[in-house]
Amino acid sequence: MTTLSPPNVLEMSGIGKTFGGVMALRDVDFALRAGEIHGLVGENGAGKSTLMKIIAGVHTEHDGTLRVNGRDVAFRSAADALAAGIGMVHQELSVVPDLTVAENVFLGVQPTTKLGIVDWPLMFREAHEQLARLGIEVNVRATMGSLPLGIQQLIELGRVLFSGAEIIILDEPTSALSPPEIKRLFEILRRLRETGKSIIFISHFLDDVLAICDTITVFRNGRKIATEPAAEIDKRWIIERMIGRGHDDLEESYTGERLLTARPDGPLLLESDALSKLGAFNAVSLGVHAGEVLGIYGFMGSGQLEFARALFGKIVPDGGTIRVAGKTLRARNTAAAKRAGIALVPENRRSMLFALEPVFKNISISILERLSALFLHPAAERRVAQEHVAELHIRPPRVEVPLGTLSGGNQQKVALAKWLAYLPKVLVLCEPTRGMDVGAKDDVVKIVRRLRDAGLAIIVVSTEPETVLALADRIVVMKKGRIVREFSAEAVSKDRLLGAA
Amino acid sequence: MQATDAVEPRPRGRINDWLRGRLRNIAPFATLLFLVVFFCFSSPSFATLDNLGNILTQISVTGIIAVGLTFVILCAEIDLSVASIANTTGVVLAFFTLQDASTNIANKPLPALAAIVLSLAACGALGLVNAFGITRIGIPSFIMTLAMLQIGNGITALLVRGQIAYNVPPFVAALGNGSLGPVPWIVICAALTLLVGHLVLTYTRFGRYVYMVGGNREAAEYSGVNVKRIVGAVMVISAVCSGIAGMLGVAHLGSGQQNEFDNYLLDSISAVVVGGTSLFGGQGSIGNTIVGLFVLGVLNNGLDHISIDSFLKVLIRGLILLAALIINVYAQRLRSTQAAPAGA
Repeated sequence: MTTLSPPNVLEMSGIGKTFGGVMALRDVDFALRAGEIHGLVGENGAGKSTLMKIIAGVHTEHDGTLRVNGRDVAFRSAADALAAGIGMVHQELSVVPDLTVAENVFLGVQPTTKLGIVDWPLMFREAHEQLARLGIEVNVRATMGSLPLGIQQLIELGRVLFSGAEIIILDEPTSALSPPEIKRLFEILRRLRETGKSIIFISHFLDDVLAICDTITVFRNGRKIATEPAAEIDKRWIIERMIGRGHDDLEESYTGERLLTARPDGPLLLESDALSKLGAFNAVSLGVHAGEVLGIYGFMGSGQLEFARALFGKIVPDGGTIRVAGKTLRARNTAAAKRAGIALVPENRRSMLFALEPVFKNISISILERLSALFLHPAAERRVAQEHVAELHIRPPRVEVPLGTLSGGNQQKVALAKWLAYLPKVLVLCEPTRGMDVGAKDDVVKIVRRLRDAGLAIIVVSTEPETVLALADRIVVMKKGRIVREFSAEAVSKDRLLGAA
Repeated sequence: MQATDAVEPRPRGRINDWLRGRLRNIAPFATLLFLVVFFCFSSPSFATLDNLGNILTQISVTGIIAVGLTFVILCAEIDLSVASIANTTGVVLAFFTLQDASTNIANKPLPALAAIVLSLAACGALGLVNAFGITRIGIPSFIMTLAMLQIGNGITALLVRGQIAYNVPPFVAALGNGSLGPVPWIVICAALTLLVGHLVLTYTRFGRYVYMVGGNREAAEYSGVNVKRIVGAVMVISAVCSGIAGMLGVAHLGSGQQNEFDNYLLDSISAVVVGGTSLFGGQGSIGNTIVGLFVLGVLNNGLDHISIDSFLKVLIRGLILLAALIINVYAQRLRSTQAAPAGA
């Protein structure tokens, strides 16, 4: 068949970008056709985000040329890119939670009456009609923050469309969505494709990429490795190109099939008895043994993250009891929980790290009580930090550099190193591999296994089935604040987890 | 990413980066240097040993207050009640000291030691109330200490009832007015307070926690630091420093009365901020505060040596503070962008 392919709406050639002497992108050619959903995959820092920021006018200095609809362009700002019909929906939504849906849709461009006053009736009517045309039925007078994240994302997508974007960049659009929400997003994306819009879809979720995209481009180390029609490739093909080598262990962990095997019975280190917090979780009872990894799986907002925070004293529960190694814990703050032997790594690394402080201070903060009675011993702090930096292969291996200069995956490792140094009895990990590339995920799996074998009781909380499947020995599923299902000593797959949640 | 794992600054940009990263330390020092040079050339009476003594004495009370305030601002909080607590404490001290018959205050004379201990307890208690309101009830420090400012003024008013007390215990009077050789005791007290503050912030675990809580409060909490205890502690430290400054101040000024410390609120906050300690917490030091104290001290003193409209003085101080605030915010932005990972 001779194909008469649609014209390219976007052509980039010879794109290169350097940050402080480091090449983030080298000689990348990229083309996007009209009416195409184009998937972009690659490990963290492979260059996807950098390329997208160049397209969206965020990075303005780069090598190579950019052509939109056949014309050379040089964006000086994000506004330039938007004017050329390029819009981006970021992973962290830029919505205003306290304003109504309609106000969010018309943010900055509210329709006004002749008197210059916001024309509310018109704005509500327009917002409703435009969203309805996209297939989003929502009360436009509701405040944005009261809606589920999935709807908020669709509304933001709507806003980008209404602003006239013909090329839409979606950054990790499915990471926070439940399967029905993903289905709905895909329906909308297909409808947009039919109307001739072009979509760039960046994601770590290869299943989603394969499900929705027409074409897939793989990046590695700042280079474009391959571009192929999605119909002709599979997940294995992509993973091999992403990491640049065949990797059997990884496949085992990430194809989503796993036989849970009961671990030898260690002493019960953590017990939660009917722990409740109004509006978050209800009568959650579970126990974790030494040398065991318990996975808690549930969709966003199922109460699992709040439950984890309650264990660590960040949230004070309304009812129920927590026991650590048999002793009742009444933690009203994280310091007390830590003393009792519980540690937690939150899902957002920014909320547990000090970007401006050197790496060693980020690690030693958990063990300062141990290292110093009154006065600090920086040499001891550096030594401990150095050990863990070496052990976890943190790059660069220098403990004096400010934490903020490390890449995301390495920062995440520092967050782990902090608690490795402390060595708690119970370690709670929230989304330990979120946003990590395949190699870093593999490192985390190894670390967790080693800690488990050292006799820690570990809880892994995640909204990604792959994460709990890769890490857990036993899995409980939470739904609307309650435990609805437990899997132990049986075969479990992504489908069964999703089915239970 | 392999590539950005090792973020090596280009050699060419390294010195530039280094300078930019230290803007908050360099700018105040450059300002101080400029002021000193300027006044040296403008007035022959400025660059004398006597005048150096004057400057040191003039910044001593502010300096002691600024030590506590440095702790508070490093924690990303604020204490607007420092001057009020200083005033209250000074007046409490006078209240428990025997006054002349001519002084019309219903005072309760106690032994000197008891009066000093009670005064310290008073400022400590006011600090605890601040700490309680901020950490347990959850009132923002800005508002809580604003209330405390009023409360302190109220207590002062009730104690002195518009009168003036002149006497403080001899020991305090000596520290406020006396000298050790050529050096006034109050300067020594200020230097010691600054030194202790520096040692605590730099070399103790508590000091580290202060920086970490100010740098990222949530992260400190997720690291198992008892954030409320740290914030509470800095409020008490601030109140006690203010109290000490108040006692010495009453002795130094020779009287205790309503509103006599009002100027010290702005002066001490200005000293900390002009010195370069970040208003957003986590960045800065007692060293910065010392430079800030000298900038203000030299400015105040120098303007007296050149003939200048005394009303213009206030405006100039305001402009200097504004410039410091601009540099402060700008420096914070520079640090944040430098610490951000390049690309990825």
